[in-house]
Amino acid sequence: MKAGRTGFGEGLLEIGKKDPRVVALGSDLTVSTGMHLFLKEFPERFFSFGIAEQNIIGVAAGMALSKRIPFMSSYGVFSALRTTDQIRVSICYNDLPVKIGGAHAGLSVGPDGATHQALEDIAVMRVLPKMTVLSPCDATQTKLATIASVEQVDGPAYIRYGREAMPDFTSEQQEFVVGKAQILSKGDDATIIATGHLVYEALLTAEQLAKKGVSVRVLNMHTIKPLDEESIIKAAAETGALVTAEEHQINGGLGGAVAEVLAKRYPAPVEMIGMPDQFGESGNPMELLDKYRMTHPYIAKAVERVIKRKAR
Amino acid sequence: MDTEKVIQHPSSKIIYLQKIARQLRVDVVKSLANAGSGHLGASLGLADLFSVLYFSELNHRPADPNWDQRDRLVLSIGHVAPILYAALARSGYFPTEELATLRKLGSRLQGHPGKHHGLPGIEISTGSLGQGLSAAVGMALCAKLDKTDSRIFCVMGDGECQEGQAWEAMMSAAHYKLDNLTLIVDVNKVQIDGPTDKVMNLGSLTHKAEAFGFEVWNINGNNIKQLLDTFYYSKEIDRPVLILANTIMGKGVKPLEGDYRWHGKAPKPEEVNEFVNYIMG
Repeated sequence: MKAGRTGFGEGLLEIGKKDPRVVALGSDLTVSTGMHLFLKEFPERFFSFGIAEQNIIGVAAGMALSKRIPFMSSYGVFSALRTTDQIRVSICYNDLPVKIGGAHAGLSVGPDGATHQALEDIAVMRVLPKMTVLSPCDATQTKLATIASVEQVDGPAYIRYGREAMPDFTSEQQEFVVGKAQILSKGDDATIIATGHLVYEALLTAEQLAKKGVSVRVLNMHTIKPLDEESIIKAAAETGALVTAEEHQINGGLGGAVAEVLAKRYPAPVEMIGMPDQFGESGNPMELLDKYRMTHPYIAKAVERVIKRKAR
Repeated sequence: MDTEKVIQHPSSKIIYLQKIARQLRVDVVKSLANAGSGHLGASLGLADLFSVLYFSELNHRPADPNWDQRDRLVLSIGHVAPILYAALARSGYFPTEELATLRKLGSRLQGHPGKHHGLPGIEISTGSLGQGLSAAVGMALCAKLDKTDSRIFCVMGDGECQEGQAWEAMMSAAHYKLDNLTLIVDVNKVQIDGPTDKVMNLGSLTHKAEAFGFEVWNINGNNIKQLLDTFYYSKEIDRPVLILANTIMGKGVKPLEGDYRWHGKAPKPEEVNEFVNYIMG
């Protein structure tokens, strides 16, 4: 078990060691976002800007235009939503190498409740031209994604990660390639395309259904943009039924992105697991995931439903 | 304005800069008439400032727009792009003929500065008000870290100061003691819906900015000598500087002066000669 923010913090530190251009801008959430590891090692490259996210994005733009690679992080609701115009104009329209951390993503933020649970950030970030959107499945992958956001992405990047310690099941040896989904479980009866922590729930689902003789492919879609369209089409062609799963609104996030591809290129039935166009609430993470039907028993039911919808 | 000594600028310099300002005004009128749309009022009002900046104050090399020791100008008030483009063209960044392509499909002269379209001299694409000063803060911070002598200038509008982000940026400029940052606000006291004090009263920008840690000068932004003097004095200040440049919207074309309705209008082709005559006096 390990927290996504620890992965982000370790990744930021490592890329900071490798690349002297990396700087970090704090928004009064240094420890909470995992940036304290970088601050400790490179205090002269860490700049505190307080609770002023729009300014921080603009400052990052100015620093990127001065040969730096700036990272900023706050909770996803603040770093992606409060700042959308600033990201759009100062960062994306200028195509600048600014890397934005969206901490506390999803429902598993827990007791803080709705205002702090980012459930719309994937939808908003992915619609911005030039933006790369990364949604790693666990702490280790968050570390790799953070490093990749510099090493594999020239322009703007958004990295979405969770708060709580969650199962950490990938290894650093597993290659992380931006834009290339990982097949974590092979199967032919249906595919679950999941992102973030729900990848783990998807794997539990696959295990559970295997016992019933249903073989489920699990795709870890760690990059929402650029989306690995080929893996989605292959899944549709080879398994014929898909379930998407994300700690995010079902409108416009991973589910929407997958549906866009299939509708254009390879129509197939899709069931979507996600927040049903509602705000979150206080609770403990697993309780919340269960209440909003994002845990493996519900994903399993969705798989069974979508299999029934397969074309004859 | 507090002065320890009287600065003597050669009168030839002031006359020269006034002549440039007239030329820039003519360029603005013609390019906007060609474009058929755009923001004439403040572009005219800022001609004196841009003459002083591009022909006296900025340490820059038009033939080498990426010279890493250059001073940088962030046009936060992106819609006055016409005056920026005129100043860039006349100081040698690109041919003046290109001014006629303003706002047209395929032009490097976008309606609001668009850096990736390739026009030399644009530091950052802007157009959504309130964002440029933050970028200027980032540039100024890095200039200090890199120990360069580069000065960072940012031009904003007074209406633009209604955006909260402007104040976030000012707060951070003072926090990081960015004495290499000079903010110029075009105080023409009008905005789209009318006079700023009726739309949303800014109160005393002087007191507000001083409270935010800036050294503030309040000057006649259409007076070249005052602009020169203020820039001269502001170099010695050990904190960020705000120059409140009081200008008249539409300055140079008498019938337009002070009329807020010229914020977002362009002259018609048949008005060009009349406007040019007013400018040339």
